[in-house]
Amino acid sequence: MSASTPTRGTAPVGLSKGEARTYASYARPAWQRWLLTRETAVILLLVVVFTWATSSVPNFDGPLTLYYLFLDLMPILLIALPMTLVIITGEIDLSVASTVVLTSAVTGLLTIDAGWGFGQAALVAVAVGALCGLFNGFLVGYVGLPSLAVTIGTLALYRGIAVGLLGTEAKTGFPEAWTDRVKERIGETSYPQVLVVFGVLAVVFVLLLHFSGFGRGVYEIGLNDEAARFSGVDVARTKLLLFVLAGAVSGLAGVYYTLRYDLARGDAANGLELQVIAAVLLGGVSIFGGRGALHGVVAGVLLIGVISSAMRLQGETENVTTIVIGLLLIASVVAPSFLSWVSGRLPAGVKGALSRRPRRT
Amino acid sequence: MKFNSRRATALVALTLAASTALTACGGGDGDGGSGDSAETITFLPKNLGNPYFDASSTGGEDAVKAFGGTFEEVGPTNATPDAQVPFINTAAQQGVGALVISANDPTALGDALEEARDAGVKVVTFDSDVDAEYRDLFVNQATAEGIAEAQVDLVAEQIGGEGEVAILSAAANATNQNAWIDLMEEYAASEYPDIDIVETVYGDDDDQTSFDKTAALLQSHPDLKGIISPTTVGIAAAARYLSTSQYKGQVALTGLGTPNQMREYLEDGTVTAFALWNPEELGYLAAYAAHALVEGDITGEEGDTFEAGDLGEYTVGANGEVVLGEPTVFTVDNVGDFDF
Amino acid sequence: MSATLAPPSTGGAPSGSGASGGRVRAALGHALRSREIAVAVVLLLVVAAATARNDSFLLSGDGWRDLLLTPSILLLLAAGQMLVIVTRSVDLSVGSTMALTAYLTGRLFIDQPGLPIPVVVLAGVAMGALLGVVNGVLVAYAGVPALVITLGTMYVYRGAMLSWAGSDRITADQMPKDFLSLGTSSLLGIPVLTIVALLVVAAVGYYLHTARSGRELYAIGSDPDAARLYGLKVPTRVLTAFVLCGALAGLAGVLHAARYGSVSSSVGNGIELQAVGAAVIGGVAIFGGSGTVWGAAIGAVLLVTINRALPILGIPEFWQRAVVGALILGAVVLDRLLAARRARRLDEERED
Repeated sequence: MSASTPTRGTAPVGLSKGEARTYASYARPAWQRWLLTRETAVILLLVVVFTWATSSVPNFDGPLTLYYLFLDLMPILLIALPMTLVIITGEIDLSVASTVVLTSAVTGLLTIDAGWGFGQAALVAVAVGALCGLFNGFLVGYVGLPSLAVTIGTLALYRGIAVGLLGTEAKTGFPEAWTDRVKERIGETSYPQVLVVFGVLAVVFVLLLHFSGFGRGVYEIGLNDEAARFSGVDVARTKLLLFVLAGAVSGLAGVYYTLRYDLARGDAANGLELQVIAAVLLGGVSIFGGRGALHGVVAGVLLIGVISSAMRLQGETENVTTIVIGLLLIASVVAPSFLSWVSGRLPAGVKGALSRRPRRT
Repeated sequence: MKFNSRRATALVALTLAASTALTACGGGDGDGGSGDSAETITFLPKNLGNPYFDASSTGGEDAVKAFGGTFEEVGPTNATPDAQVPFINTAAQQGVGALVISANDPTALGDALEEARDAGVKVVTFDSDVDAEYRDLFVNQATAEGIAEAQVDLVAEQIGGEGEVAILSAAANATNQNAWIDLMEEYAASEYPDIDIVETVYGDDDDQTSFDKTAALLQSHPDLKGIISPTTVGIAAAARYLSTSQYKGQVALTGLGTPNQMREYLEDGTVTAFALWNPEELGYLAAYAAHALVEGDITGEEGDTFEAGDLGEYTVGANGEVVLGEPTVFTVDNVGDFDF
Repeated sequence: MSATLAPPSTGGAPSGSGASGGRVRAALGHALRSREIAVAVVLLLVVAAATARNDSFLLSGDGWRDLLLTPSILLLLAAGQMLVIVTRSVDLSVGSTMALTAYLTGRLFIDQPGLPIPVVVLAGVAMGALLGVVNGVLVAYAGVPALVITLGTMYVYRGAMLSWAGSDRITADQMPKDFLSLGTSSLLGIPVLTIVALLVVAAVGYYLHTARSGRELYAIGSDPDAARLYGLKVPTRVLTAFVLCGALAGLAGVLHAARYGSVSSSVGNGIELQAVGAAVIGGVAIFGGSGTVWGAAIGAVLLVTINRALPILGIPEFWQRAVVGALILGAVVLDRLLAARRARRLDEERED
C-alpha cells in the first residue's frame, strides 16, 4: 500500500503479520474476553466517577443534574454514533461541527426568513447535512483523498457558508411548540424526551455496526481495506454511506442545537468536532481503525459529561475540565503501551507499538 | 501473545486514568462546593480572560465582601451563548442566591435563565442585557444613546466634523455593539451629515483579528479619517496598529477602551480621547443590586430604591433598568487618575 | 482508489530536480508542474488583483509592510507543521503551545524586568521545544497516533495556559519598547519578523534537503516500516521533528507577543488547522513522505494574503472562511489529479 492511499487501516504487508489482529483472541476464557476490554474499563471508570460525584460533589445528586447533562451532551451523543463507524473504517470527519452550524443556519433562514413550517425546514436541514456528508464521502471514498485533509477543508467551508449566509444576524424566535418539545421530560423523571430520539438512533447504529454484514465490512475496511475489497466489500460505497450518515446526524444535531438555544448563529458549536472525537477515542475506538464498539463510545461521552458537570458544580473553571479531559484522552491511549513496556515486554512492545503506527491520524 | 498482554493491561491502564481523573477532580474539593449558601453571588461574564470583566468582577467581589456574602466567578473561554448555558444550569443546580451575568445573546439564554429563576435564583444582567422578561434587573453602564452619542461626538470633534469613518466592532452578533452601531449611524446621519460611515468590520474581540482588520480597513479606504471601536479589545488592537503605521496622527481613533490598555497610545499621540464607564463600579453596583433582590429589599419594580455601598442610592428605572451613569471621557490629562 | 497508488510527490522531494537536469525544457516543464511555483503564481495573481483594485495594497508603505509581516507567524507554524507531517504525523497542539509561550514571554518581562530580550526569546523557544518533547516522546515511543496525542495535549496546554493566566491579560505597556519594536520595525524595507521567518524556512529547507537526518524524515514518512528495516532510527527522528515543530511554535508565540503587543487567552485559537491547511495547500502530502518547506511557506502566505485581499476585492468578510475552505479542498483535489496523471504517464513509459 503506498502513501497515497488514504486509508490507514493496517501496516504494509509483511511486518504486521500476526500482530494487527483485533478479533478477540480465543486463548483466554470467555469471561476474560468479555470483561477485560477497553469498553468495560471505560464503563467501570464511568461508574466510579459517577459514584464519586454523587457522593461527594454538592448538588450533583439533585434532580436537575442528569436532565442538563443529557441536554448538554445530546449533540455529542448523536454525532458520536456515526463518527464511531467513520473512525472504525480508519477515516475521520472533522467537519461535523461546521455541518451543525450550517444546518442550524439553514433551519433559521427557512423558518424565520422564508416563513416555512419548522418541520419542513428541519427535514431540509437534515438533507443539507446529508449533502455535506455526501460531498465529504465522495471525495474520500471515490476520489480517494485523505479524509483528514478533506474534512479540514470542509470544516472551513461549511462554517464559512453558514457565517456567510447569516452575517451579523442571529436567527431567533423559533416556534415555541418546537423549542418546548426539546426540553420536555419523560414523565416525571429527570430524563429529557430527546433521549428517546438518541435511543432509537443508537439501536439503529448498534444493529448496523454489530449485527449486520455492512458492519462487518466497516471493521474489515479498518483492518485492511485492500483485503476488504478482495473479500467483496464495496469500500468506496461504504465510506460514502458512512460520511452521509455522519452528515445527516450532524444535521439532526443542528436542528436540536437550534431548538435548544432558540438560536441560529455562526459561532455556535465551537470545537464540537474535537469533543466528539475525543469522546469516541476515549470510548476505546482505535484511531487506526478496525476496533471499537458503541457501548464504549456512549460510556466515553457520558464520562466526559459527568466529569464536566461535576467539576462545574465544584466551581472549577472550564480550563481545569479541559486539562482533565485532555489527560484522560492521552492516558487512555498511552497507558496500554506504557504498561506493556513496563511489564518487561520491551522489545515486543516497542516493535508492536511501532508497527501499529503505519498510519497516524 | 503480545496482544493479549495489551488487552490485559487495558483495565489497569484505565484504572490509572481513573486515578488521574479523580486526583484532578479531588483537588477542587477544598475551594469549591459552596453552592448551598443563599448569599452566594455568582458572576458569569461573557468570557474569562477579558480584562474588562476582570475589572467588573473585582468590583463585584469588593461589594460581596462588603455585605458579607460569598463571591464566585465562573465562565466559558469563548464568548458564545451556548457556552454560557451550562454555567447558568449549574447555578440553578447549586441554588445560588443570585446570578450576575453579562449575556452573549439576548434570547438564547432565556430558557436557561427562566429555569434558574424557577429554582429561586435571582438574575441580574449587567453590561449586556437579555430580553426583559428573562431577568429581574439590568444594571446598565449608561444608556445606549449616551454611549453611541459620546463616541460619535468624540470622533466628529477629532476629524473636524466631516469625512469617512469606519467602525471596528466585536463579534458580528454582539448585541451591545450592534445596538450602539445602529444608534451611532442614526445620530451621525442627523447631527453630522458630512460624516460618512463607510464600513463596519468585526474583530471578534480577538487581538489578532482586530489588528488585521484595522490594517484591512486602512487599506480599503484610503480616505479614511477616523475609526470608532466600541469594544475594549478592538480599540487597543487598532491603536497598536496605528501607532506603528504611516497613518498615525492622521486617522483618528476613538471608542470604548480601558485606561490601562490605552495609556501608552494616549501618551504617544495615536489617540486623543476615548470613553468608558468604570467597569469596577459596574460590577460593584450589579453585586449590590443582586444583594438587594436576594434580601427582598427590592423586587425590580420601577421606582424601587436600594443602597449600593460607596456608590450611594440607586433607583430602578423603566424595564427594570438601573443606570450607572454617563461614560467618562479619558484624555492624556486625566488618564493618570484611573487604574483599571 | 487502487488505481491511484502512486505517491503524490507533487513538488516532490528536492532530489527530483536533479534527475531531469541537463535539458532546459525539461527543467522548465518541471518548474511548471511544481506545486511551489503553481501556488506562488496564484499568490502573485491575488496580489496583482488586489493591487489593481486598490494600489495601496502593495504600493503604500504600510501595504508593503503588512503584505510581508502578516503571514510571518503562520509561516513559522507551517514550517514546523511541515516537518511533522512529512514523517506521517500531525501536531494539533501548536496553537496552544504558541499561547503558552506568548504568555510566558509577557510574564518574564513583568516578573524579571532586567532580563535581556534574547534570553526571553530563547526561553520561549525552549518552552516550545519542551512541549514538543512531550508530544514527540508520546508519539514516537509510546506508539500512539499523533492525532490523538496532540489533540490531548492541545487541550492540556490550552487549559494550563488558562489556569496560569487566569483573566490576566498582558498589554503593550507591560513589555519593553525594544521588544515590541521587533514586531513592527524593518531592515532595508523588510520587516524583522519576516526576515526571521524566512531565515527559519531557509534553515529548515537546508536541513531537509542536505542533512542526513532531514532526508530520513522523508524516508520515514514514505514508508515507516521500510525505514525501520533499513535501520533508520525512526523514533529519534520523529521526536526530532516534534521538538523542532514545538520550538518553532514557541518562537511564533514570542513573535506574536511582539507583533500584537498583547497576550490574551485566545492567542492561537484554531491556528493549528490553518497551519495544517497551509502545508496542504503548499503541496505537503498529508500522509507524509513528500513536500517541501517552501511549499508550506508559500501556502501560508497565500492563506493569509487571500484573507487580506478578499475585502479589497469586494467579497464580504463573512465569506472569507468559505473561500479558505474551498482553497484547501482545491489544493487536495489538484494534488490527486496531478498524481493520477503522473501515475498514468509512468505506466505508459513502462509499457513503451
